[in-house]
Amino acid sequence: MGRMRDISRSVGSWFDDRLQVSRLYAATAGHTIPSRSASWWYVLGSATLVCFVLQVVTGICLSLTYVPAPDQAYQSLEYLNYTVSFGWFLRALHDWGSQFMIALITLHMIQVFLFGAYKYPRELTWIVGCVLFFCTLIMAFTGQVLRFDQDAYWALQIVMSIIGRFPLGAELLYLVQGGPILGSETLSRFYSLHVFVVPGLIIALLTVHLRLVLTRGINEYPVPGEGVDPETYEEDYEDLLKKTGIRFFPDGADKDVIFSSLVITGILCCAAIFGPNGPNGPADPTLIHTTPRPDFYFLSMFAAFALMPPYMESFVIVYVLPVAIVLLFLVPFISNKGEKHPSRRPGSVILTVMVMMTLVVLAIQGLSSPWSPHMNAWSAVPVQPEFVKGRTPLELVGASILQEKQCRNCHSLAGAGGKRGPDLADVATRLTYDQLVRQVLQGGGNMPAYGKHLEPPEVSALVAFLRTLYPKHESAARNSAQPPVPR
Amino acid sequence: MADHEHKPIPPAFPPVTRRGMLFRLGVGLNLVAASVVGIPLIGYISSALIGRKAKQAWIPLGNLDRFPRGQTRLATYRNPFTTPWDGLVADIPCWVRRMTDGAFQVFAINCAHLGCPVRWFPQSGLFMCPCHGGVYYEDGSVASGPPPRGLYEYEYRLRKGHLEVRGGQTPNLSEPV
Repeated sequence: MGRMRDISRSVGSWFDDRLQVSRLYAATAGHTIPSRSASWWYVLGSATLVCFVLQVVTGICLSLTYVPAPDQAYQSLEYLNYTVSFGWFLRALHDWGSQFMIALITLHMIQVFLFGAYKYPRELTWIVGCVLFFCTLIMAFTGQVLRFDQDAYWALQIVMSIIGRFPLGAELLYLVQGGPILGSETLSRFYSLHVFVVPGLIIALLTVHLRLVLTRGINEYPVPGEGVDPETYEEDYEDLLKKTGIRFFPDGADKDVIFSSLVITGILCCAAIFGPNGPNGPADPTLIHTTPRPDFYFLSMFAAFALMPPYMESFVIVYVLPVAIVLLFLVPFISNKGEKHPSRRPGSVILTVMVMMTLVVLAIQGLSSPWSPHMNAWSAVPVQPEFVKGRTPLELVGASILQEKQCRNCHSLAGAGGKRGPDLADVATRLTYDQLVRQVLQGGGNMPAYGKHLEPPEVSALVAFLRTLYPKHESAARNSAQPPVPR
Repeated sequence: MADHEHKPIPPAFPPVTRRGMLFRLGVGLNLVAASVVGIPLIGYISSALIGRKAKQAWIPLGNLDRFPRGQTRLATYRNPFTTPWDGLVADIPCWVRRMTDGAFQVFAINCAHLGCPVRWFPQSGLFMCPCHGGVYYEDGSVASGPPPRGLYEYEYRLRKGHLEVRGGQTPNLSEPV
């Protein structure tokens, strides 16, 4: 046994002498980090990297079958789902890998921001990290496009409409779309972006990002009161390394390894339990009975565009968004020194909480999208029995007009129906007879005018029904100058 | 100070060596080569832009009988600029409204807000968009919601009992139909 060990050791040292692996190790994975940085808070970056590797591996596998042409993309995904061994599972892994990667890179960014890790001398690390974040979002979007189902087609159409709002929009659109309509050249362009251009960019930027971690060191775990002073920071950090330094690998990587394995387990479980994402219906523009919704990471943007006043939309797209992105890049130059610990930087904490709350609330709104008409409510959501019980024939005709004229697509009755307009269950307490007639005929306040599409008797019937809609112990609104309209 | 005096002053123009000359020549040649390679690359990628204005054609939508008077009907055409592997995505729908015998309005399917497909509801005479709740009247003008303008309208003509529209590209705010 001893002889064998000697032989293998000398073979090993021969290879090491030629390849210089141990020197490479000492300069990279074996570099020293402050021991207090080997914390559970510092595992998010490495976990994101692990997700990226998984995406590359599963992505290469999927590209063996996928056909990036509009007439066959959908069929090739169905083929992956149902015919190729483990095809469905690889699609599921790739999809869940992307969701995990976006969640992790976002958490990583928040953690870096809250721990002040972007301050001197790690400004460039932050900037490169921001570009990596946007690259990841681009990967998510281009990947969703490659699914090339109905959602993908219309999501792409929405992005094209957004591009069309920029100055030189028409030219830009032709460049991105590769032609006059969204078609084969568009899909090929997004395929090329998704498998060559952006991943190449990510690998290049990741190299710079990791190189910066080696040259400027990992951020020390922040301590309240110990701020950054660019004059003395380098010396202090060297001191810290001398006093508490440990090798990153294997001594400081224990938590990274555990966390990464948990992430991979999570992705595997989600993929196995929930399966692949779609494809949901082929991308056929003539199937117009569709309700396009973006994947979850773009729900907030989707909601913001529905909720902001229309006059500021183009302004927000063309000016506010780019300025916000530039501000994100400039964070390390806006606050370059001073305290790092979140307890001494309440402004940053409040800002983070506010931004995240805004995004989450918008995303939740995006899920239910109450601003969209409920396109089938007029035929699928009937007027509830309590609203028709004991009503006169005229009022009942009014109830059926309410249904027939698609009022319910925007107006709910006691919660059932579209949410775009106000609920009508108590409309009679808000509007008098005359006001109701005016509102129906002329519209206004974001409601279309129905004057051209209702005969006078229909208006009388509809308003007669609407006048019955008030709660039991409340009376209907009346005009004080006129006698009450009899019911 | 003493250090400073011993340093040789670098000459304003360092002597040109043969090696340096060759290297500079090589860099120059590579720059020329790179720009020559760049011409076809840029031309290839931007080829969609060249001849962009020509992407308009008269497209038949079908016999006039298909569009009853006073009604709005969905029509579909094959986009004239396609590749053989375009599949279904080159089938473009549009809404045809016939007011009188000779008066039509042909609307693009795309909402003027962000391009989602609008649906026609004949009972209430409205187009509704499922994405952000844009609503249009039967003549394509905005009734409510976020659209910054009415529905995009195609140019049309009547030829030998057929309705034809001028189209070929997806409309957007920078370049309506």
